[in-house]
Amino acid sequence: MAEVAVPSNDIDAPADSDGHLRWVRVCHWIVVAGFFTLAVSGIFILMVYPRLHWGEVGNDLMPSILDLPISGNHRPDEYGTTTQFSATAGGPVSANRNYEIFNQNGWARSLHFLAAWLLVATGVIYVTAGLISGHVRRDLLPRLKELALGAMWRDFKAHLRTQSKAALGGPPYGLLQKLIYFIVIFVALPLMVITGLSMAPAITAPFPILLDVFGGYQSARTIHFFCFAALLLFVIAHVVMVVMTGFWKQVRAMTLGK
Amino acid sequence: MTDKRISIPRRTFIRGMGASAGVAVAGCSKTDPPTYGNLLRMGDNLTYKTHRLLLPEHSLAREYDYSDISSVPAIGTTNPADSNQLLFNPEHGQAYEHLLAGAFADWRLTVEGNVAKPGTFTLADLKRMTSRTQITRHTCEEGWSAIAQWTGVPLRAVLEACGMQQDAKFVEFHSYDAIADSVDMIDALHPQTILAYGMNGRDLPTGHGAPLRLRVERQLGYKSVKFIRKIVVANDFGDLGKGGPIGAGWAWYVGM
Repeated sequence: MAEVAVPSNDIDAPADSDGHLRWVRVCHWIVVAGFFTLAVSGIFILMVYPRLHWGEVGNDLMPSILDLPISGNHRPDEYGTTTQFSATAGGPVSANRNYEIFNQNGWARSLHFLAAWLLVATGVIYVTAGLISGHVRRDLLPRLKELALGAMWRDFKAHLRTQSKAALGGPPYGLLQKLIYFIVIFVALPLMVITGLSMAPAITAPFPILLDVFGGYQSARTIHFFCFAALLLFVIAHVVMVVMTGFWKQVRAMTLGK
Repeated sequence: MTDKRISIPRRTFIRGMGASAGVAVAGCSKTDPPTYGNLLRMGDNLTYKTHRLLLPEHSLAREYDYSDISSVPAIGTTNPADSNQLLFNPEHGQAYEHLLAGAFADWRLTVEGNVAKPGTFTLADLKRMTSRTQITRHTCEEGWSAIAQWTGVPLRAVLEACGMQQDAKFVEFHSYDAIADSVDMIDALHPQTILAYGMNGRDLPTGHGAPLRLRVERQLGYKSVKFIRKIVVANDFGDLGKGGPIGAGWAWYVGM
């Protein structure tokens, strides 16, 4: 009976693992491929208009909350003369853009949505299987008593001191580990999908509530970007932890199985 | 009974199976946008088909208040007569210069294809027809957005005036620049789909598509073709060559 995994979230307590379930491993790598494709195509899309706004509207003739230095597409000085729409000064204007911009959206947009379909389909399968099999409840859902700030702080400091224990090659996960996995799966990725849909005119026509929830098209776009930035930080931290806890053992456990 | 069952001609049966498999695998039919084997275009069609299957046909895009009107950049072709512009149309660009100089008095909208009464409309003809004014958000595929007030004649009214046939599947728009595009009948007959001649209470400025541009409010900006000269009602999907979105490597349906 010694081989039976003891559910423990104390980082000092050794535990064994039954390894990652096969469908978890398959979903993991599809998500990796989907995320990478979405990240690359998303950055190309962002480069076409590398400015972030809040509210419904934002364009080259309006101030932004953040200009990203990832393309030279925002060149307000090269616009033609501005024409007032209304008689009152300071009102909305029009101006012609007289320069060619970098724009690869022909393939980038379509690739972005193709990868999104793949990721959403995989996500639905993963969450359904996770709920039915008990993977979510057993391995991901933090227990109420674990959510004590003291315990999380101790685990966080242990990570900073790089005192993570050697790889188990599967669940049970550490406290912060499963908390972050839970947030990524049930908060961040769904938020990416919903803010993405909030940018679609065909979706916000029947569901205008999406525009109210996020504060407008440009707000949804801005949240979409910062949520991506958070997911990118997660991916970096995740890979760092894999390297620190035994890269080959971890990769083996997530591919061939334990 | 047995005889009757097996008497279905084998060729018909195989064709039927092939058609079912085709629909199941690629969602294809004769009236679908072609993919030319491109995986990206298959993804576009998946989005299009899913939207048409799951989303209500008649939902309206949000309309805003007059105070929400914002600045609007004019991009792409800003003057079809300018031969230095990327999408200059050597066949029709020159004619635009003359029309612009004459305040579009000589401009005509041609409507042809699968209609009982093909014909032409002057700008005054269109302004005499039923009109609709809407303050909507222009959402550019580039990532920027703007809100403006558009005034025009519902496309549906023009199509009905020309005796649009019931089996029409697509409506094509041809421009004075090199752009051409099309929408399906759900978008074509949508109440917010208008042929706009006014913007923010004035005539449509040149940079925004004078004298007439399309507004398709449930798709991204590039579907709202500027500088329209001809409308063709079609029964089959035409890719519209290099001027069409698919020929240029872009998605035809951009509700996302």
